[in-house]
Amino acid sequence: MASAIFFLDLKGKTLLARNYRGDIPMSAVEKFPILLSEAEEESSAVPPCFSHEGINYLYIRHNNLYLLALTKRNTNAAEILLFLHKIVEVFTEYFKALEEESIRDNFVIIYELLDEMMDFGYPQTTESKILQEYITQESHKLEIQARPPIAVTNAVSWRSEGIRYRKNEVFLDVIESLNLLVSANGNVLRSEILGAIKMKCYLSGMPELRLGLNDKVMFETTGRTTRGKAIEMEDVKFHQCVRLSRFENDRTISFIPPDGEFELMSYRLNTQVKPLIWVECVVESHSGSRIEYMLKARAQFKRRSTANNVEIIVPVPDDADTPRFRTNVGSVHYAPEKSAIVWKIKQFGGGKEFLMRAELGLPSVRGDDEHGGGMTGGFGGSMGGVGAPGKGAKRPIQVKFEIPYFTTSGIQVRYLKITEPKLQYPSLPWVRYITQSGDIAVRLPDAV
Amino acid sequence: MSAAQGGGDSKLFARGKVAELRLELNSGSKKDKNFTQKKIALKKIVANMTMSNNDMVGLFPDIVACMAIQSLEIKKMCFLYLVNYARMKPDIAVKAIPVLEHDMEDPNPLVRALALRTMSYIHVREFVEATVPLVKHLLRDIDPYVRKTAAFCVAKLYDHDRHMVEASDLIDRLNNLLRDDNPTVVASALASLMDIWERSDAIKLTIDYSNASKMVAILADCSEWGQTYILEALMSYVPQESGEALLLAERIAPRLSHSNSSVVLTCIRVILYLMNYISDQKQISALCRKLSPPLVTLLAKGPEVQYLALRNALLILQRRPEVLRNDIRVFFCKYNDPIYVKVTKLELIFMLANEKNIDEVLTELREYATEIDVHFVRKAVRAIGKLAIKIEPAAKRCINLLLELVSTKVTYIVQEATVVIRNIFRKYPNQYESIIGTLCEHLDSLDEPEAKAAMVWVIGQYASRIENSDALLEDFLYSFAEEPVEVQLALLTATVKLFIQRPTKGQDLVPRVLKWATEETDNPDLRDRAYMYWRLLSTDMESAKRIVMGEKPAITAESERLDPVTLEEMCLNVGTLATVYLKPVQTVFRNARPRKLPDSPCLQRPDYLDYATAHQLPNPKSLSQFGQGHQPSDFDPRVPGSRPAPPSSANNTQSQQGGNLAQAVHDADAYFTQQANQQAAVNDADAYFAQQMRQMQIQQPGDSFGGDAGHYGYGQGYVVSQSSAYQPGMGGMNGMGGMNGAQGDLLL
Repeated sequence: MASAIFFLDLKGKTLLARNYRGDIPMSAVEKFPILLSEAEEESSAVPPCFSHEGINYLYIRHNNLYLLALTKRNTNAAEILLFLHKIVEVFTEYFKALEEESIRDNFVIIYELLDEMMDFGYPQTTESKILQEYITQESHKLEIQARPPIAVTNAVSWRSEGIRYRKNEVFLDVIESLNLLVSANGNVLRSEILGAIKMKCYLSGMPELRLGLNDKVMFETTGRTTRGKAIEMEDVKFHQCVRLSRFENDRTISFIPPDGEFELMSYRLNTQVKPLIWVECVVESHSGSRIEYMLKARAQFKRRSTANNVEIIVPVPDDADTPRFRTNVGSVHYAPEKSAIVWKIKQFGGGKEFLMRAELGLPSVRGDDEHGGGMTGGFGGSMGGVGAPGKGAKRPIQVKFEIPYFTTSGIQVRYLKITEPKLQYPSLPWVRYITQSGDIAVRLPDAV
Repeated sequence: MSAAQGGGDSKLFARGKVAELRLELNSGSKKDKNFTQKKIALKKIVANMTMSNNDMVGLFPDIVACMAIQSLEIKKMCFLYLVNYARMKPDIAVKAIPVLEHDMEDPNPLVRALALRTMSYIHVREFVEATVPLVKHLLRDIDPYVRKTAAFCVAKLYDHDRHMVEASDLIDRLNNLLRDDNPTVVASALASLMDIWERSDAIKLTIDYSNASKMVAILADCSEWGQTYILEALMSYVPQESGEALLLAERIAPRLSHSNSSVVLTCIRVILYLMNYISDQKQISALCRKLSPPLVTLLAKGPEVQYLALRNALLILQRRPEVLRNDIRVFFCKYNDPIYVKVTKLELIFMLANEKNIDEVLTELREYATEIDVHFVRKAVRAIGKLAIKIEPAAKRCINLLLELVSTKVTYIVQEATVVIRNIFRKYPNQYESIIGTLCEHLDSLDEPEAKAAMVWVIGQYASRIENSDALLEDFLYSFAEEPVEVQLALLTATVKLFIQRPTKGQDLVPRVLKWATEETDNPDLRDRAYMYWRLLSTDMESAKRIVMGEKPAITAESERLDPVTLEEMCLNVGTLATVYLKPVQTVFRNARPRKLPDSPCLQRPDYLDYATAHQLPNPKSLSQFGQGHQPSDFDPRVPGSRPAPPSSANNTQSQQGGNLAQAVHDADAYFTQQANQQAAVNDADAYFAQQMRQMQIQQPGDSFGGDAGHYGYGQGYVVSQSSAYQPGMGGMNGMGGMNGAQGDLLL
């Protein structure tokens, strides 16, 4: 429950606000930038909720805006923070982008949306598809038609009736991203696969969909055996259209989809995975005047797959100069603005292994432990609030890539059944798979 | 899709004059069928309102005149104006009432709901009175959209005038809405009832099993927010049988797979609550296993949700450790995690560390201790020291790591390490003193009072082993007069200890220090302690030795826990703001309704409550780990009155007090552990102690949160792990890094 919602610019000036409960003076917002900058002096990042004189400030940042909610009560914080994110989502769909300029350019409709999306501080309809049916500039021209869509209060609150397509199609994208944390000596400290199934749904009427995956638990509960691999998802999250009790009972994923694009589900696997692109790095420091990096990258996936747009980003000291590189594949460049060297390989075939050597000069004499903007940069470092991640922080090597037609987990869409009892049209489901690097961090070893 | 693309209305943001706008508003000739000019004028007025140009109030009569125009766009702008300015011009505002009343009979449900919503937002007596009969009517509207709006409207009216609502039958009518066949309406009615209940003692919210069961049945048909409201309302259901609780928990468990994290966290709250009423341990374990994956998944969300999940994980770990037992690695920090996430992860890592994973943990902490953020590095160093205390078999490894870090010579690492090593000496006397030499090498880099005080304590305590202890102390004493009182107290005690252990070395120093501390100070603590030593030393050296060098109560690292009562309350509030602050609800939210586990035949008495009764839990206490400025020291703060705890119960807590105080009291404390055989001294020390206690109360961090000083009475501790840096309202803002005297993040 929120008492008021504010949109502020980065200086903390209010651009637009809506008061829902009147129990907090709207002037309380003037304290926000002050509190924020006070807290920033203490720490490089300020937590999303804090309290001052009995008023609680919950905020998120988006582009050049702060979205802020105030409350006096011990509110469900998740609800409010997520609602702020929903505002971003809805407004972005309405105005293409949500930033300072879009607030003033659309202030009338923003007031309307705020009135509709929240009542007395409680989130209401936040489905932008549905909102767009009755809150639009156009609708005012056709006064009589603007009525609350049934979906607003219906059990199916995400889809309206009467949708028609000439060609009924569904596109499924299975996107997996791999998060890895590797220690300097090559141990995988943490690995995690985050998957998502995204849909583009162009179907008429009120279609019933059923999705079959090679879900191990499903095979076990139904007593079915399967050839090929089944996967064990540690946790699954579904779009609100999916019937959760049904899934709980027999692992069936059944739903009436929203129209257009949405994320049907996301899942997480904790299985220990080996890094798809293994990077080893040796750092050599030569009497503090020169630093040398030797990198070895190996693609640890099947030969028939290829990783595209591979980028290996190696942090180097802030003041390094005169870079020299040698590699047998791809290109290397020095990005002083990021204090890093970037090794790019357009295509990296499965099973291949490549090497790269980089040498950089250091202008001044310094200790051996200072590479990568390490510890000594920390003298008073974050005191002035400059401790932003990236620069100065002890940064790891990052690896980025994309592997099409491949999933790390081995998840497969076995079927997607589409039935619309009234219209009974033929439809075409399409499936694509892709693996992306998520957050892959290889800690940089100490220089030798 | 066609919505306001390219709005382009920012040009309307020009400060307007009332007269001009009035002219523009009324200029629209009859030809202007679509009211285009009126709309532009209204937009300009709303833009001015947005810019807080309160001159716009002057246009009130003109706006009221526009309200009746049959254009939704115009209506919405007029209503917005009305909601904003009605309280400034109530006499004109009331003229809008007939328009609103008329709109509530409009055939379009959107218009009916809009008029009702608008009217009920206005805190003006005439409006409130006029709304009552209309709400009654619209609570039975044929359109669910209107009914849902009417449901929230009752809560609004209650906010405006509770007596009027209580005198009417509105709440009964709202109750009837719970039987509505539309799930969204039911969820809205519940949210409204909960809102009223939260503020009123006059209303009781009782939900029996069949109600609860019906609520769960419609859960799947509600929007994500509706689900949150229903789940929150389920917290008012008190299971009467273990089986009921279990069944309900199982029925809501599918919500854990909802993509909305607020549904997930609220569902976790309800399941944790229901577990208290389930007798079958196996079923509880099964439920715990269900909670773990969703909680971990929340860690992959944006930093805000992640932070919320982590704060709640701190609670859940204490109440239901099985939920998070599996993998400590999920809490390892990413280099780009925001600092508030990192710090909370560090606390979780500390809590989950055990003999099995300690090597892995230490490798990780070593990594953190070389990061860039000073605040985080300090906490990592502190954690290493505390692990030495927590996990005895790993103490040696922890100490080696600390020494390795000290050798980096980074000042704040050295200082932090010095402080924790002092505690390690306390925990393991006569085991690791060989490292004193290493510490002494870094004396010059100590400039923080806490670190200095810690080092001085070490020198005093081991005066007989440190060859040049007198010289070292003399160096420190050189600047005695300028030192903060925390260090002065430590110096005083250390000098006395030196004298007792090596009289020949200390005999020159002691009189000097005693003279300074009695004659040249305004600080009563310092003076009183000096007098006490003076008297002690001049009375009987043997007793003085026994008292000053007496055995100290052991310390442990296990006191990071919340006291059971607070923990119970916090678990009933999972996902709320209080769990982010990790403070008892009432201290931050004074008007919040207190929550505790309602009694029921199937309420399982938690082990900790048995513990509490068995031990007559002296005071709920706790501490923040890795506190900013505060060190455990040799003093037991649980003592509520002026009497110290008997030695038997004084051995498993750590002090939370500012180091000065703790130091001041510790010798007196040691004195009591030695048992009094000198009655005179007892009285002396007793009086001294009493005075210290009074002193201490004055030194409580005062108005720390929302002007709530009263809640921080002595002996009423709780965990405040969120460092004060994050609560700008707190006194602890001034200076991180242990500089801030009695105002760290520990609020006793």
